[in-house]
Amino acid sequence: MTAQKPKTRFTTRLDIARGSVEMTHGGGGRAGAQLIDELFRRHFDSEGLRQDSDQAQLARPSGRIAISTDSHVVSPLFFPGGDIGKLAVNGTVNDVAMAGAKPLYLSVGFILEEGYPLADLDRIAASMAAAAKEAGVAIVTGDTKVVERGKGDGVFISTTGVGVIPDGVELLPRRIQAGDAILINGSIGDHGVAILSKRENLEFDSEIVSDCAALNGLVAAMIAAVPDLHCLRDPTRGGLSAVLNELAVASRTGMVVDERAIPVKAQVQAACEFLGLDELNIANEGKLVAFCPGDKAEELLAVMRAHPLGAEAAIIGDVVEDSRALVRMKTQLGGERVIDWLAGEQLPRIC
Amino acid sequence: MKYVDEFRAADLAQSLARAIAVEARPERSYRIMEFCGGHTHAIFRYGVQDLMPANVSFVHGPGCPVCVLPIARLDNAMELAERHGAILLSYGDMMRVPGSKRRSLLKAKAEGADIRMIYSTQDALKIARDNPGKQVVFFGIGFETTTPPTAVAIQQAAREGLKNFSVFCNHVLTPAAIGHILSSPEHDDAGDARIDGFLGPSHVSSIIGSKPYEEPARHFKKPVVIAGFEPLDVMQSALMVIRQLNQGRAEVENQYTRVVTREGNRKAQALVNDVLELRDTFEWRGLGFVPNSALKIRDTYATFDAEKRFEITPSSAKDVKGCECPAILRGVKQPLDCKLFGTICTPENPMGSCMVSSEGACAAYWSYARHREGLPVPEDEEEFGEEDA
Repeated sequence: MTAQKPKTRFTTRLDIARGSVEMTHGGGGRAGAQLIDELFRRHFDSEGLRQDSDQAQLARPSGRIAISTDSHVVSPLFFPGGDIGKLAVNGTVNDVAMAGAKPLYLSVGFILEEGYPLADLDRIAASMAAAAKEAGVAIVTGDTKVVERGKGDGVFISTTGVGVIPDGVELLPRRIQAGDAILINGSIGDHGVAILSKRENLEFDSEIVSDCAALNGLVAAMIAAVPDLHCLRDPTRGGLSAVLNELAVASRTGMVVDERAIPVKAQVQAACEFLGLDELNIANEGKLVAFCPGDKAEELLAVMRAHPLGAEAAIIGDVVEDSRALVRMKTQLGGERVIDWLAGEQLPRIC
Repeated sequence: MKYVDEFRAADLAQSLARAIAVEARPERSYRIMEFCGGHTHAIFRYGVQDLMPANVSFVHGPGCPVCVLPIARLDNAMELAERHGAILLSYGDMMRVPGSKRRSLLKAKAEGADIRMIYSTQDALKIARDNPGKQVVFFGIGFETTTPPTAVAIQQAAREGLKNFSVFCNHVLTPAAIGHILSSPEHDDAGDARIDGFLGPSHVSSIIGSKPYEEPARHFKKPVVIAGFEPLDVMQSALMVIRQLNQGRAEVENQYTRVVTREGNRKAQALVNDVLELRDTFEWRGLGFVPNSALKIRDTYATFDAEKRFEITPSSAKDVKGCECPAILRGVKQPLDCKLFGTICTPENPMGSCMVSSEGACAAYWSYARHREGLPVPEDEEEFGEEDA
């Protein structure tokens, strides 16, 4: 991020404090160039952006590349523990990191709604810059479009991330096999409940904060300790239940998890009870599920717990042979049930 | 979590399981109907059946509020939004239930109708206040538990003089349904679907008390135990039903003493009574027309009655052919008896209401218990691929 303010090439400076997004900001003319110059570039600075080109020209990294795209349409745009900017950076950084890759570059696409306050856009850009810095990635290229008032929801952000996979690392669903242990780096449901409580104006005694975080540092530590890690996946939309089901199907295995081993914060559990939701289905933005050979589980757990983003890590279950690819859970009561995918949108029960 | 985990504790569950095993006589079976979908959900969600002896089984009842609403009434609700241009407000569970031509509120919403999900009737009033130029209709559904908030909203709207607010009232009553089920020959001791006793609705009883079940218990000689919704509540209540049966008693007992009294919440009852009155008859999906089983808005509040404010076309919509929801809601069939179950009817693609709500028996079977049921294994990649998409 550049400290000094760039001199304006334009007649008057962009009024970030009071101004708002106008159709001309996306029109390809001078107004758009000014928005990029005086708002985005003030926050994002990288070799790629300094090239003043329509693309970033970058040195070819050695090794296999991981690439991933994610679009962010969260509402509200600002929530406890983050905002759409932080989410857009960390979400894509995490998708790349789940390949075991070191994320290097981000490309960013903004879709802005006419009338959106520039001051809020400025906060979002600042938050993206801070998140990118923390994750060690550079925002190297981008695009901005403006849609008419009423045709967007303030700001949508799409990000594409590129990372490089260290030699010898191969994290793929098909490597999951019976005998693997299943681990998670902390409590589930924090992000989804933080968003929901804000969206529905539900107030709890202690605020529930999104777990939104970049996981690449944790992943690097895990790979260094257990290079034979089989697979990683971040349980975002659809929550833990969706990830376990997706991976069971992809690896043609069954999974058995222990309800008592899955970390859930008391406030999150309370909110879920209250709203009739299942925390297993709720989105996370700073969590990963890891699959490793069973005999490496304790070692991996120790490494995860030593990292700030894995302090509450736990071994939550095992992979078993099952041609039906069912995910089962030993309930806290001592019974057993299936964990299913979430059907449609999660809707609160009535009574 | 305090006050919740205590009711799900494994050690207590094990000791209750042992007590049930001792109490249940090996020479007979015990078929207990859990009336409420909340109980069905708890039984499957926590694997309660795994802890029961083989001769104790649960028969799933009709107490899933969205399941028992007939398709015709759901069609009527959509009509309010689509033909009359009203903002229709619904509790979340109702949104995915298929109406005729398998259209749901969610689909109607996607096609442009202004249908919104709300959490409380207070939200409904707010939306009415915020949209004075639009008609706002609250789609009131559910048993006695959800009725008082509807009554409050109507009283409040009357006090405020809200001219654009009305309620499409579909509230139904549980004691009438229990009586109706027990008078059907299929539930006789000689019938295919014998019911020995009931786990009675508990949140409903927090409003109406346990007293209204005394008459059906006496008349039909079936024990009713008002049962809380936590898994240990369900197990303890099952034990109480089994004990009554063994002792030849058929009484109303209250397991859920931390919430329910015999008389219930008088204030809420008075409130409901002020605004709503008995309908002569009302259609329940699965049970058909049941006399004195539902509520309508009193004439004094007629101006807030959507059925009077709008012209509603009578619908003669029928369930999807082959869908066994009606028999499943009566406890006569189990989800696996339905040939649509798990083949073309899944939570993603529900044909009937029992597959929609997490309180519906089919959804509970599919989501929580299909490891037991030996359902067909998907055979090729394509089938796996489809699930993945």
